[in-house]
Amino acid sequence: MEQTNDLNRYQRQLILKGFGMEGQQKLRQAKVLVIGAGGLGCPIMQYLVAAGIGHIGLADNDTVSLSNLHRQILFGSDDIHAYKVDVVKRKMFSLNSDVNVRTWNERWTQEHCMQHFPNYDVIIDATDNFASRYLINDACVLLGKPLVFGAVSQFDGQVAVFNQLQEDGSRSVNYRDLFPVPPANGELLNCSEGGVLGVLPGTIGAMQATEVIKLITGLGKTLSNRLWNYNALSQDVFIMQLVSNPISHQNIPSSEEEFLSTDYEFLCSIPRIGIKEIDVLQWKENFLDHLFVDIREPHELPRLNSFCSSLSLEWMELPLSSLETNISCLNGRNVVFVCQAGMRSLMAADMLMKSSPGSRVFSLKGGVHMLAEKKLI
Amino acid sequence: MIEVMFFGQLTDSTGVSSVMVEEVANTDMLIDMMKMRYPSLASSKYMVAVNNTMVTENTIITPGSKVAFMPPFSGG
Repeated sequence: MEQTNDLNRYQRQLILKGFGMEGQQKLRQAKVLVIGAGGLGCPIMQYLVAAGIGHIGLADNDTVSLSNLHRQILFGSDDIHAYKVDVVKRKMFSLNSDVNVRTWNERWTQEHCMQHFPNYDVIIDATDNFASRYLINDACVLLGKPLVFGAVSQFDGQVAVFNQLQEDGSRSVNYRDLFPVPPANGELLNCSEGGVLGVLPGTIGAMQATEVIKLITGLGKTLSNRLWNYNALSQDVFIMQLVSNPISHQNIPSSEEEFLSTDYEFLCSIPRIGIKEIDVLQWKENFLDHLFVDIREPHELPRLNSFCSSLSLEWMELPLSSLETNISCLNGRNVVFVCQAGMRSLMAADMLMKSSPGSRVFSLKGGVHMLAEKKLI
Repeated sequence: MIEVMFFGQLTDSTGVSSVMVEEVANTDMLIDMMKMRYPSLASSKYMVAVNNTMVTENTIITPGSKVAFMPPFSGG
């Protein structure tokens, strides 16, 4: 009976050339771990569960929020405030109850990597921040696990297979070969700061699921040693051949002890010596006499003109992209910087502190998002 | 001529996704030229590929080449 059901359920892939019962059996025996249950993690889970992967681990410590729903389409309005992994697990059981799904509603740490990576055949990076991406990459190199990487930014996405075992016994390139050192938080915009087209993580997550199935079944040629780039606006695909970078291995912890003692959050943090973050209430009570500088780019909305006029603020717009060349106009001033989510304003504050050490410089925590949340704009 | 392509948020710095430049001998010289033209590139993180292959050190650029500037993406 079970076999008849399987023949039925997987019939469209069983009849594929090169797939057959053997391919299905490989999927059934496979164990894969997905880290991140957001825009990428949702479609990855759906396709891997539907395809009949035997065991899937899923980790995410986040709960569902309203601003997730435009792209994380496994979730509905009724799921707001629920742990993402709980909702995904329930929906995946309904999709295919033969698949064993184990979940963690915890932030993924070095200890989790050391304890659980050895139990899985493939690791999938579906996270949304550089600290997690470098943590997962380094653990995969250390423990010899293939990593299916995917990331999005605004209208662009990237997919690659890192650290895959090659015929000569060596491993394919990893993320550190591309970018040996992590960018600081705020150096690049995340989805919260820079936005993302809702359908884009669906496209990229589906590509990652494709690579996982190829890795397990041995079908086709994976994106090992290649970076697949996609732009949703032009529909252009650009594939880049990757090579190993001689300096990458200097940056990867070479032992479990070194890995466990690496502070990935710190590596991706901005130097904040002397920079104070103030929240919206502190700012309204004590800092309205400071020059208020909006360092967002001109296309970022909402603009703050009417809000600043209503408070009779002294304020200016000075996009971060041109701040460095114009920073002298702020020298000696006491300044509160604001951006969309409070990341880039920390960078701006750092730049002014260096240029004008005598200034009192602050960064508005949570940025324009927080002004909106407090219903001030 | 050489076609220089910018990806992801680098286009916020450059305002364009690609630009044609006169012959430049190597990638170090091209990177310097692009930083002069687009100052905020200087504080950006990216890797460089010549004719679709990533480079890790200064590399000769032959006429007609395509050079890509690719930043890391963090979103998911």
